[in-house]
Amino acid sequence: ARSQNALGRGLLSVLSRENLDDDAWDEVEESLLGADVGVAATTEIVERLRTRTKVLNTRSAGELRALLADELVTALQPDLDRTLRSTPTGDRPAVVMVVGVNGTGKTTTCGKLARVLVADGRTVLLGAADTFRAAAADQLQTWGSRVGAETVRGPEGGDPASVAFDTVKQGTEAKVDTVLIDTAGRLHTKVGLMDELGKVKRVVEKQGPVDETLLVLDATTGQNGLVQARVFTEVVDVTGIVLTKLDGTAKGGIVISVQRELGVPVKLVGLGEGADDLAPFEPEQFVDALLGEPE
Amino acid sequence: MFDTLSDRLSGVFTNLRGKGRLSDADIDATAREIRIALLEADVALPVVRQFIARIKERAGGAEVSKALNPAQQVIKIVNEELVAILGGETRRLQYAKQPPTVIMLAGLQGAGKTTLAGKLARWLRDQGHTPLLVACDLQRPNAVNQLQVVGERAGVQTYAPEPGNGVGDPVRVARDSIDFARRAQHDMVVVDTAGRLGIDAEMMQQAADIRAAVDPQEVLFVVDAMVGQDAVNTAQAFQDGVGFTGVVLTKLDGDARGGAALSVREVTGQPIMFASNGEKLEDFDVFHPDRMASRILGMGDMLTLIEQA
Ligand SMILES: Nc1nc2c(ncn2[C@@H]2O[C@H](COP(=O)(O)OP(=O)(O)OP(=O)(O)O)[C@@H](O)[C@H]2O)c(=O)[nH]1
Ligand SMILES: Nc1nc2c(ncn2[C@@H]2O[C@H](COP(=O)(O)OP(=O)(O)OP(=O)(O)O)[C@@H](O)[C@H]2O)c(=O)[nH]1
Ligand SMILES: [Mg+2]
Ligand SMILES: [Mg+2]
Repeated sequence: ARSQNALGRGLLSVLSRENLDDDAWDEVEESLLGADVGVAATTEIVERLRTRTKVLNTRSAGELRALLADELVTALQPDLDRTLRSTPTGDRPAVVMVVGVNGTGKTTTCGKLARVLVADGRTVLLGAADTFRAAAADQLQTWGSRVGAETVRGPEGGDPASVAFDTVKQGTEAKVDTVLIDTAGRLHTKVGLMDELGKVKRVVEKQGPVDETLLVLDATTGQNGLVQARVFTEVVDVTGIVLTKLDGTAKGGIVISVQRELGVPVKLVGLGEGADDLAPFEPEQFVDALLGEPE
Repeated sequence: MFDTLSDRLSGVFTNLRGKGRLSDADIDATAREIRIALLEADVALPVVRQFIARIKERAGGAEVSKALNPAQQVIKIVNEELVAILGGETRRLQYAKQPPTVIMLAGLQGAGKTTLAGKLARWLRDQGHTPLLVACDLQRPNAVNQLQVVGERAGVQTYAPEPGNGVGDPVRVARDSIDFARRAQHDMVVVDTAGRLGIDAEMMQQAADIRAAVDPQEVLFVVDAMVGQDAVNTAQAFQDGVGFTGVVLTKLDGDARGGAALSVREVTGQPIMFASNGEKLEDFDVFHPDRMASRILGMGDMLTLIEQA
């Protein structure tokens, strides 16, 4: 379905021209900008590509497309370890925290992740540390019952750190393999809420380290995604990114800037609202979708 | 976060004071900086292109004024154009001749529809109306409960005959809600719908069916201010698939520049009516085009200077 979108067509027509004139380069640039790659990253990628096409004396459309794809894949650091740290160590469950701004897909991602882990034969305990949003704990619990995981909840409006703490404690006692903690959506600009998130993590760490802190980014997000990633990484030391809603028309190009600047790998992608719509992030596949499929 | 347009342009214009008219080279240099600033604000490319063409045209004809330096003058033009596109004056809600007045909400997943339903209900209630919330998201886990909680907080009734979580027909709930509202003397109805993608044909058809069932005076497209280049595709898809009469921008309490406002307005021609700026029910305002214009390009201080000149 995603083959030959407008962007892909535009780019391919450019790349099949005889000579690479300024207009052609402008169009290459615009195809990246149109995928939310951002001005700074786009400028740098196009510069490098210009140099390489000169050095290699590239002419054919196929070669140039391959070079561009290669630049983008390189920017995504394909060698990074993208495995999810979800295996217990000793008698402690692995602890995964899920964070991000409002409405990106944190709770859904917790549900989908639990599903994957349970299907893999692991036991999972969910922690509803979003005590703020209306029916947030109910939503997580529904996911839990769908996929076969218990959910620990606290009183509405209660302290999210104590729910998180209790979840890890109960998870350890019950000897589950993985504890997934869902947190409330919060904008990175809200100092009080970011402090609260830092506290949730510190309180959990009284029982041992958090193994994985996943930042959930919405693929429709534009340039603000980079600022989100920067601030969340400062506050809770993000170890992986989940890029959701890639089943829509948005390309999610902001993760290129995020990975370049912060080095935090995208680990998973969300491809729908169903329990099975979660997949590992594959740089090559992502870049192909971003550029439109080759002929 | 990014350099503001004022910062960018002051660099371009250091040597220009006193010239009678902006040269083509000046205008090109200016246009380049404005383009970057717009892109960094997430204004969609096709919209940037049109916008730049208009600015070039106006700047080319403009006499350099004595009171303003060239940078200020261009900023003034840019600001005027932005405000003009963003809506000039704020439009008021359209009310039905025969109550109830129906407002339907639609948008992508997680945009802020359900939260907005509560905000609208509270706002309408404060104006003496007796709004009814209608739970037509029967898909997302516990969307119905969420709306009920939000309704309680807003002090209004919620019509939720179906439990949701995959059970119930949203089109039927929508249709029945109008009779219910009439009988229970609600003069306003706010219909919350499930989040959907523009390319999901089945779900877009459902939205169109809900619209046909309730015949709303307003269909509000709810869009997250953080949205990037996809704003145009999505706005167009909702315009074609459901049709909408107004736009609501959400999550304006963050630091996203909100270029989507410009994209959606320019592509669909529909006015932006409300702004959501927080998670609480009272974090809600009618939309102010002038504030949005200076937010998109970070021109706040510059505009104050220009007003004083
Ligand atoms: N199409 C699509 N929708 C998604 C995806 N992931 C989540 N959603 C939807 O996005 C909306 C928001 O998801 P949630 O999981 O509630 O998001 P959240 O980050 O927990 O939201 P808050 O807790 O309110 O901040 C829901 O309607 C989900 O069904 C995805 O990968 N694709
Ligand atoms: N900071 C902030 N958060 C908001 C605003 N509006 C909504 N939210 C939050 O965004 C998240 C999603 O809001 P919802 O109202 O559930 O969005 P929705 O469009 O109904 O989502 P779906 O029904 O899943 O498609 C929640 O965490 C809300 O609290 C806003 O203006 N500012
Ligand atoms: Mg959530
Ligand atoms: Mg909703």
